[in-house]
Amino acid sequence: MASTSAATADVTERAGSSRGGGRLYRGDLGMWSWVLHRITGVATFFFLFVHVLDTALVRVSPNAYDRAIELYKNPVVNLMEVGLVGAVLYHALNGVRVMLVDFWSKGTKYQRGMFWTIVGVWLVVMIPGAYFMLQRTITDLFGGN
Amino acid sequence: MALTTEQPLTIDKPRSSGRPAARRSNFELYSWLFMRLSGLLLVVLVLGHLLIMNILDDGVHRINFGFVAGRWASPFWQLWDLAMLWLAEIHGTNGLRTVINDYARKDATRFWLKMLLYTSMVLILAVGTFVIFTFDPNIGD
Repeated sequence: MASTSAATADVTERAGSSRGGGRLYRGDLGMWSWVLHRITGVATFFFLFVHVLDTALVRVSPNAYDRAIELYKNPVVNLMEVGLVGAVLYHALNGVRVMLVDFWSKGTKYQRGMFWTIVGVWLVVMIPGAYFMLQRTITDLFGGN
Repeated sequence: MALTTEQPLTIDKPRSSGRPAARRSNFELYSWLFMRLSGLLLVVLVLGHLLIMNILDDGVHRINFGFVAGRWASPFWQLWDLAMLWLAEIHGTNGLRTVINDYARKDATRFWLKMLLYTSMVLILAVGTFVIFTFDPNIGD
């Protein structure tokens, strides 16, 4: 049973990708969600490395820590912070989707719908989230008196 | 399931005893399971952390030494941060291990990239744990 449906899915995939006439596998939604999962995961890992070290400055002196944290309040870094939160949020939501695909009997059937659901949830969280994260920077830059 | 001479090709079953014992380790199974269990906990720990630190109440602009001191005065947040540090660092290291295994072409490259990765993991876990346990709010006095 399982092997039959896997084989069928494989055939459809191949037929779909050769539609354009080329030989390159252009991927399906599932592949792109996986690519994005990798990129956001690796980026977050590198940030974690830096973040543990900057937090470790609390053990040096309050002044050393405060100076490092000032950097995070810089407008450009503040924008990168929105990117980080967006990356982590995608990784978390897609991680839940991966778990549902693995452990829920109907997971594979609804994986596509679940992807668009997490895109929706991501937007619903990120729009107000980005607003709150950037609010101070924007008023400081443009709204100042 | 007796093998007969008519069978053109005989290959050991994946788990037959003829395979070397080392290849039958369950490490990758536990690694796979760990990613899911730690991931579930990290959804709460990390999204909670990001919400408090970056979004609520002026976000990053209110963070300074005093703010950290206030939070780490509570064992709850110390434990939260300690759990998040260990789970995230191991989850991330295991993820990067997979990425290196996928893309490094030469054995030597793969080996040294993983050594670098494991060294960074030990460093980050040691520094992070040390800082949480030895934090001194009066260090500046």
